[in-house]
Amino acid sequence: MDNETILEVREKDGLLVHQGVIRVPYTWAAGEAASQFYAGLARKVIYGIRCTHCDMVFVPPKKTCHQCFAELGEWVKVSSRGVLETFTVVHYSEPELHPVQAPFAYGIIKLDGASTGMAHIIQGVDLDRLQAGMSLEAVFKEQPEGNYLDITCFRPAGEAKGHG
Amino acid sequence: MDNVAIIGVAQTKYEKGKTKNYAELVYEVSRMALDDAGLELADIDNVVTTTNDFYDGRTIACMAIAEAAGSYGRDATNVEGDGTLSAFYGLMRTLSDVYGTTLVTTHCKVSEGAPRKIFNQMFDPIYDRRLGMDAISSSALQARAYMDRYGITQEQCARVSVKNHGNARNNPYAHVPLDITVEDVMKSPVLADPIKRLDVAPVSDGACAIILAKEDRVKNGRRKPVWVKGVAHCTDAYRLGERDLSRAGALEEAARKAYAMAGVKDPSKEIDVAEVYDAFSYMELLWYEGLGFCGAGESGRLIDSGVTGMAGALPVNPSGGVLSAHAVQVAGLARIAECVLQLRGEAGRRQVPGAKLALAHGITGICAQTHCVWVLSDTPAKEV
Repeated sequence: MDNETILEVREKDGLLVHQGVIRVPYTWAAGEAASQFYAGLARKVIYGIRCTHCDMVFVPPKKTCHQCFAELGEWVKVSSRGVLETFTVVHYSEPELHPVQAPFAYGIIKLDGASTGMAHIIQGVDLDRLQAGMSLEAVFKEQPEGNYLDITCFRPAGEAKGHG
Repeated sequence: MDNVAIIGVAQTKYEKGKTKNYAELVYEVSRMALDDAGLELADIDNVVTTTNDFYDGRTIACMAIAEAAGSYGRDATNVEGDGTLSAFYGLMRTLSDVYGTTLVTTHCKVSEGAPRKIFNQMFDPIYDRRLGMDAISSSALQARAYMDRYGITQEQCARVSVKNHGNARNNPYAHVPLDITVEDVMKSPVLADPIKRLDVAPVSDGACAIILAKEDRVKNGRRKPVWVKGVAHCTDAYRLGERDLSRAGALEEAARKAYAMAGVKDPSKEIDVAEVYDAFSYMELLWYEGLGFCGAGESGRLIDSGVTGMAGALPVNPSGGVLSAHAVQVAGLARIAECVLQLRGEAGRRQVPGAKLALAHGITGICAQTHCVWVLSDTPAKEV
């Protein structure tokens, strides 16, 4: 662990500036909801979780309804197709953060059968032609790893069949 | 609520790459706030600091500023969030009958860390953190949801940037005073559409402190006390996809409660000046609606009308706002400090003449998951 390693000492206004880095490993328990969600994605199935009290289906799933505080446990299969609610085209580059090269689009997609939207990357479309309300479908990763990018991205629905 | 006054305020100048370390910045504002209040540290019963361990680059960072904030030998506690929330906690402590005075400090040297990477750590590591979103790209999703729903134009957002950067020219603490036009904003590089370079708050370093006192501890000093009339705080859902991004529901709720406490019935008529957390230009418009300055979708017309300009009936962000200085968790407390200066009549060239009732607003979280609203007055809520 490179914790608190001083990499470089500079001078500014007659004072020293220490440059360092903190690198800390974590092992996060994914919890029941996310574990089920990723098990579903490995089979190219998207699961949501229903709050019967609020009649809401949360995708991605979570354990507590933010509206009524109920513990959730009723699993629901939702469609891998949905509607783009809002989006942005990112024009700047952050290579350590962005999974794809700029320019690219983020969007919030509400899948058919879900009450909530999921944030994701949109590809396979001319970025100038994106618009809220368009129909998108999930592209599943062929070798799933149990993380959010097991859905690689969303793309316009009904095009280029055969990629999962 | 018993009467509580803000009796001292202090801010550093906001800049990028300040060479004072953050403890030195905290000491600077703590000392200045005490001087402003005409108090010594011995008069302070307890301290509330504000830290963010990621920005500070150390855990339990409040301990590293204990001496600078006067925490040594005192009851001192810490808030991780916006300065309006630390002040809220400080107010509760002041009201508890255990402490008569509270020093609230906040600091941030945003330029020392990697702000986009730090912001990205706010997202769920199990789910969407891997998308690599930061403040700009996530806020762009909110901006479009709001602008699409109500037909708010990019030019109307640009007008907020022109107004606030222009106002900043009257504020000696501001980081980015600018004389710009709507065209300048529209021509600035697109970062994540519809957000452009000049729609975005700068990366700033700075600190701010205020001192709260119960009525029986407010002395007839050289400064006019500024009284807390109403305050409220409300939190929305964590995930963006679970919120209606085109509305500021949590702000509507916080404002409704704060106005009820303050006895404000028509905020657009009763409030003389507002300082709101405009991290992006569209945010100021969305917050107008959440604060009830106009109806849903009417903010575009409100900014066009000039009502929220310095010559208007409800000037918003005479200081230049967060668009002109953004030391993250300092920014909300700076809104309160600016309102205090306005109500004392000490705001210099950015003074709104005769301001008697002011509103300060702070946010925390992805796309402002949390909102805190303060209504401040030059007279006590209850007469003595």
